[in-house]
Amino acid sequence: MSKDGSAAYFTTRVDAVVNWARKHSLFPLPFGTSCCGIEMMATLCSDYDMARFGAEAIRFSPRQADLLIVAGIINAKMAPVLKTVYDQMSEPKWVMSFGACASSGGIFNVYSVTQGIDTVIPVDVYVPGCPPAPEGVLHSLIRLQEQIQKGETVAQRRERQSRAGTLKSIT
Amino acid sequence: MDINTPVPTIYGDQLEKFGELWKKQVQTLKEKFGDAIEEVLFPKEANTDVPIIFVQAARIIDVLGFMKNDAGFEYGFLADLTATDEESAPRFHVVYNLLSRKSMSRVRVKVRTDEENAVPTAISLWPAANWAEREVWDMFGVRFEGHPDLRRILMDVRWEGHPLRKDYPLRGYQIFPTPEAIDPSLLNY
Ligand code: SF4
Repeated sequence: MSKDGSAAYFTTRVDAVVNWARKHSLFPLPFGTSCCGIEMMATLCSDYDMARFGAEAIRFSPRQADLLIVAGIINAKMAPVLKTVYDQMSEPKWVMSFGACASSGGIFNVYSVTQGIDTVIPVDVYVPGCPPAPEGVLHSLIRLQEQIQKGETVAQRRERQSRAGTLKSIT
Repeated sequence: MDINTPVPTIYGDQLEKFGELWKKQVQTLKEKFGDAIEEVLFPKEANTDVPIIFVQAARIIDVLGFMKNDAGFEYGFLADLTATDEESAPRFHVVYNLLSRKSMSRVRVKVRTDEENAVPTAISLWPAANWAEREVWDMFGVRFEGHPDLRRILMDVRWEGHPLRKDYPLRGYQIFPTPEAIDPSLLNY
């Protein structure tokens, strides 16, 4: 219906509608392992209020979440745990690498720390900073939403590949 | 560093408080164990805050047991059990930091060892030594004779090498994305 009451319609693709719905209801799983976790909590709380972007429903079970927020140092011992958590999440799933440590190892350039979680699981969006400012987190959340709308995230590419039968491995 | 400058210590100047006690204790140990006491480094004479007593590996449990139970010592609290890589033969020092809750004095007992020679385990004296010795094994590759469960405690079971050895590369990453296999027998305790 248009404003004057005459019939109107617009065309779109189903996946555009689906992506639009998905991007506005992300269910984050907070994987906070160190100091960055504090900043993640600040982002989730009322001052910065991630609820404005539809990502306020925190889930502590990987099976109920679709956005994995890795906030903090991932030690070598933690890498298999992170991989297991990622594998337990149902498709489509997204990963936010929160802070310098998760993205690159940060200041911990030593034998016991993974040099970026992307050596273990695929990452959609990186947030720089040590720790990142909540504004930066919101910015990258919006970036992630843009990517989801365009269908460019790892999970969506994987989905297309698996439909086309060209998927080589699941991660 | 001039050995007369006091070593900064979190415990304050202990030499004033415990100097006499330590002298007496070291004397007793030397009389009782003779050759088993290899060397004693005393505060002010060497760069240390508490006395360091080097003991022969073979007699370490006797010495520690004596220091734990004898009325003149009563070092009943194993504050820490760790090791250092000295990069000179013998390569490792296993360090026992002891605290007496009676006199509140501390001493440090050390054992010289290397990759081949195991050190007797101190579990019979302090059950808490169990995990500390596992950590020393994990980090330095020092073996403990008689330890019931000498497995890695911090690093992945598939890890190669011992990361706190001086010759282990700082960036010797070994990242395993798949979970480590747990020995099923460990789940039936
Ligand atoms: S990036 Fe900085 S704030 Fe975040 S976990 Fe690492 S050290 Fe802590």
